[in-house]
Parts: sequence; C-alpha cells; structure tokens
Amino acid sequence: MLEIHNLHASVEGKEILRGIDLTIGDGEVHALMGPNGSGKSTLCNVLVGNPAYVVTEGSVSFNGKDLLALPPEDRSHEGLFMSFQAPIEIPGVSMVNFMRAAINAKRKYEGLEPISGGDFLKLMKEKREIVELDASLTRRSVNEGFSGGEKKRNEIFQMAMLEPKLAILDETDSGLDVDALRIVVDGFNKIRKEDTSAIVITHYQRMLDYLRPDTVHVLMDGQIVETGDAELGYRIEREGFDFLR
Amino acid sequence: MDHSCGLLNGQRDRGMEDFARQGLPSRKQERYKYAHVAEDFAPDYGLNLRRLIFKVDPYRAYRCSVPNMGTNLYYMINDIFYTSPFATPELPEGVFVGSLRTFALQHEELLADYYAKLARTEVDAITALNTAYAQDGLLVYVPAGVRVKPTLQVVNMVRGDVDILTHRRTLVIVGDEAEANLLFCDHTVDNGTFLTTNVSEVYVGKNSRVNWYALEETSASNRLYDNLYVSQEEGSHVEFATITLRNGTSRHRSDFILKGKGSDARIMGAVVAADEECVDHNLLVVHEGEACKSNVLYKYVLDGRSVGAFAGKVMVKPSGQHADSQETNANLCVSPTAHMYTQPMLEIYADDVKCNHGSTVGQLDQTALFYMAQRGISPEESRLLLQHAFVNEVIQQIQLVPLRERLSQMIEQRFRYGNNGCGNCSLCK
Ligand SMILES: Nc1ncnc2c1ncn2[C@@H]1O[C@H](COP(=O)(O)OP(=O)(O)O)[C@@H](O)[C@H]1O
Ligand SMILES: [Mg+2]
Repeated sequence: MLEIHNLHASVEGKEILRGIDLTIGDGEVHALMGPNGSGKSTLCNVLVGNPAYVVTEGSVSFNGKDLLALPPEDRSHEGLFMSFQAPIEIPGVSMVNFMRAAINAKRKYEGLEPISGGDFLKLMKEKREIVELDASLTRRSVNEGFSGGEKKRNEIFQMAMLEPKLAILDETDSGLDVDALRIVVDGFNKIRKEDTSAIVITHYQRMLDYLRPDTVHVLMDGQIVETGDAELGYRIEREGFDFLR
Repeated sequence: MDHSCGLLNGQRDRGMEDFARQGLPSRKQERYKYAHVAEDFAPDYGLNLRRLIFKVDPYRAYRCSVPNMGTNLYYMINDIFYTSPFATPELPEGVFVGSLRTFALQHEELLADYYAKLARTEVDAITALNTAYAQDGLLVYVPAGVRVKPTLQVVNMVRGDVDILTHRRTLVIVGDEAEANLLFCDHTVDNGTFLTTNVSEVYVGKNSRVNWYALEETSASNRLYDNLYVSQEEGSHVEFATITLRNGTSRHRSDFILKGKGSDARIMGAVVAADEECVDHNLLVVHEGEACKSNVLYKYVLDGRSVGAFAGKVMVKPSGQHADSQETNANLCVSPTAHMYTQPMLEIYADDVKCNHGSTVGQLDQTALFYMAQRGISPEESRLLLQHAFVNEVIQQIQLVPLRERLSQMIEQRFRYGNNGCGNCSLCK
C-alpha cells in the first residue's frame, strides 16, 4: 500500500523529518507514537501534500504511484484520507455543498457522472448513521461551532463518505470521551474493508485496545527509533518514552 | 427643454449654476476621493435630447436574470420609461409607477416638495449635472396607508448605437404607514461606452417600509455615477442592498438620513469584481432622530486587477441620542493585483450611543483551501466555495426570500463562469 524511503521534510526552513522509512501493507493498521513535537503530524501532512511542508529528500510510493508527484486532491482521489488533529472551520460553506463537491470531484476522477441529488442525500444519511452524527450538524457550515468531539466525529463521517484506502487518524481520540471514542472507532471498523490500511497516531491505550494495531512505531526527533507490536504501545503507556532515549 | 416638464425644468438653472461653480469633482473632494471623474467624462458622449425612442421591445428582446419572482416588471431604456404594449400590472388605488415626466405634467403639486430637495445640487457636482440635464425618469408614488406587496422590478437598460450619456432620475415617495418593495436591475444592451448619472431620491413616511435592492450586471465600458438619497420618518424601516456582479466603473454615493425617531436602516453591499472593474461605494448614514438604528455590511471579493473602494461614515447628530449603529466592511483580495481601499468612519456628537465600526482586507484562507484539497476538491472549486460563502453572508440577510435564493445562485454562476457568461440571461448565449 505505502512505502516511505528516507523521507526528509522541513517546515519554515527547519528540518523536522530526518530520514523516515516505513512500509505499510494492505489491510494493516500501524500506530505511530512519540512525544509532542517529534514530527508525527508533520509526517501525515507531508503524506497528504500540505504545501506548508517541504520534502527535501526521499520518496513515497502509494499503490505503485509516486505520491509526492501528485497534487493533494489527486492523493485524495487515489484513496488517501487524513482525519486532522485540529479540523478547521469553514464559515459559510455548508457541509452539504462541501461533501457534494468532494464526492463529485472523486467521481470525476474516476470518470463517473456527478451524483444525483437523491443518491447524494441517501449516501449522507447512511454514512451519518454509521458515526451517529446528528443531522443538524450536516446542515451547518463545515465544523462551524462544532464541539471538539463533534469535529472529530465529522472527520470520520467524511472518511465514511470518501471510503479511503489508507486512513490517517491524527489523534482522533484526543478530546473524546469513552462513549464518543467507541462510536468513532466502531464507525471506523464498519467502514473498513479488508484491505483498508491505517496510520493511527495516539497517546492512549484505549485506542490501541480498540484498534489492535499490527505494528507500533515510535517517532522521536523526526526519526523512527523503535518498531514493535502492540506490546510496545502498552509499555509506552506505562513507562513513557524515557526507556527509548 | 421642450421634451421635459415644468417640475424638472424648474430646477435646471440651479443645477447648471451649481455644476458650473463646482466643476467635475476632483479626487481632493472627500466624497470622490477614489473616483476618476475626469477620465470617465472625457469621451465625447451623445445626449438623447430629442427623446428618440429606441426601436426595441424589451419585453421581447430581453429577459432579466432575476425572473419568475412574481414581480411587477417595468423597463427603463436609458432615461425613458418604456410603456408596455401589454396590460400594465395592476396596482392598488392611488399608486403610480411610471414616467416621472408624465405624472409631473398632471400633478406637479404632489411632487414639488420632493423633487430635487434631498438631492442637493450645491454640494455634489454630479447631482447638479443630473439636475441640470435630466428630462425624465422613474416615479414610484405610494400614498399613505397603502402597502404594495408585489416587488416592483425595474430593469434599467442602457443602450445606444453611439457612445451615450444618460441622466436618469428616480423619485420614490412612500407616504405614512405604507410599503414598497423595489428591485432595480441594471444592464447594458450594446457594447458602446456609456456614462449614466442616476440620481434617486427616496422619501419613506412614518412607520413605513421600503425594501430597495439594486443589482448591476453591465459591461466593461459602462460607467455609472449613482447618487442615492434616502430620508426616513419616525418608525420607518429601510432594507437596502446593492449588488455588483459585472460592471465597468461604478461609483455610488448613498446618503441615508434617519430623520424620525426610532427609524432603522439595514444597508448592505455585495461586490464581485474582476478584470479591470472598479466599484466605489461612498456611504453616509446620519442619525438625526432619537433611538435610530443602522446596520451597515459591505463585502467585496476582488479578483484580477479590479479596484474596490468603500468609504462609509456614520454620523450621529446631537439630536441622535441612543443611536445604535454597526458598520462593517470586509474584503477579500483573491489576486495579488486587486486593490481595496477601505475607510469606515464614525462621527459622533451625542454622548449616549452604541456605535461600532470595522473593516478587514484579507486573502483566501490557505488552511481552508488545503483542507478542501485533502477531501479531493479542486483548487478552482475550493476557491469558488470560499468566495461564494464570503459574499453570501450579505445575501443571506436579505428578507425577500426568492430574491435571496436567486442572488445566491447568480453569485455562484458569476464565480463559476467569470465575466463572460451567466446563468440564463439571454444576452450572453
Ligand atoms: N505548520 C507548522 N509551522 C511551523 N512549525 C511547525 C508546523 N508544523 C509543525 N511544526 C513544528 O514541527 C515540529 C514537529 O511538530 P508536529 O509534527 O506537529 O509534532 P507532533 O505531531 O509529533 O506533536 C514541532 O517543532 C513544530 O513546532
Ligand atoms: Mg501532532
């Protein structure tokens, strides 16, 4: 699914990622852990093509395609989705228009006609129910006035709409109470197909319990310093990162 | 002038003198500081003094892009009210919508206290010039106690085989406890260079309501000097919105005098400009009466090499205690070559008031653009969604729901197809 080789990236001239190698197979879930500021979000942003981050070295291949050569919208069409750590608000752009634009852009990329009004509303309703997102929220502007938890749930709703091949969840669990987290994770598990892969950034055991990652990586100072199975995650939860320094 | 009437002729000398004394406004004048009057008046325009009627039936030749709203439809071709060969829409008893000249020839006494009274020639050279030359225009007369519910839609068409200068006049008199809803759609038909001065005087009686919407969809070589004067009596309400979707150079002076106690005005502007378009709004809101309320919101989206200007002054006179005023001008420059000049002002001579004003000039939100790109939305579509959302905030405040929805669609189409095409107006097939 994804192969990252010797990836270096910088923000505002400062090097943040210092040689990342990472391979994710079809259907695998990888957890990414590491102290604040170690570069986890930077890695995700680089993968989805955020223009604020500059790749200085290395390569990324996504299902055989040169990911770094694609504009962000095509990376999305190819099946990459990121649930943002802090989803932004877009006042005045309704969830409906936003989602319709996203769905139709994807369909266009796939050579399909725009979705009909009726089918679109049906799709919205169906996916909304998966993440138990209140209908009143999809009538509002994108994330405007949503609580922290509602924003995260809205990210997963969008993921459900777009059915990605590789989902990146950047601290989607932060700020969610136990019930909300269960809804989000259950939603994610319902959306997942057998070959859907995921990169999950988390600080919490709960998330590891629910998602049961195949592999856990620890990122420090822009490098992967340790890779293991779920047990590595539990040890970090107990002991912190000190034993890796 | 033989082709006009006593009412208009009676003010002509004064207009002429005041214009001669002032000359064309220069940029040194506060209310014209962003205009290029001399350049706009430089071409050798023809004046249609002999009142030649253009051979065009607007009801057949032209369909305005704000159709099907159940409005009463009227046409002005340049400054001439076009009398429909079909039945004119029915209006309540005593209400008149039509040629200012025709009405004035019969009932001059009803208009004498109103014509050229608010629009003072001695302080504005364009108003003076218009008063000197205007021969006809539109009159909307609503007597006291009559509420005209259907929207009166006036399509102003500018056309001519030669470059033409038009002085159009509009007089709206709404008596006490009365109501009028007006929608003006400004269009150009031919592609000549047109200069139009338009002077409107609007009298809103006690406890009356006037909703006034003006939409401009003209062309690159059109020049509009539009001076509007509104006076409000006690307890009256005005909702005003000016929307520019396509134009050449437009300069608007809009004066709102909140004369009577407890009157309120909601004043809105939406500007979508690109290419070399210029839109300049110069606004004055005067709180004269006690406890009046004004709410001003103007938003511009400027692309290409377009230029926007907004100078808005809210003035509270000593008599205007308990004024409540909010003035906002927010602007998006979506290209690095677009320019916005903004100057909201407050001048307060009363001590117990609640007044706020502010302005912003910004660019498209890069974070929002990226968020949408991550969801697969193309940069063009994302820009469109953000720009539309920005202007739509103004449109959403319009009370007339069918118009609000239609305008919102038209703005979307304007962003989608640029200046070269539009939704369903038959002009640009
Ligand atoms: N958009 C940005 N602008 C400036 N600095 C940034 C930006 N994003 C990240 N950084 C910097 O990069 C480093 C790594 O940040 P980040 O990737 O967000 O870490 P993590 O997600 O692991 O907490 C930090 O020092 C942070 O300040
Ligand atoms: Mg982070």
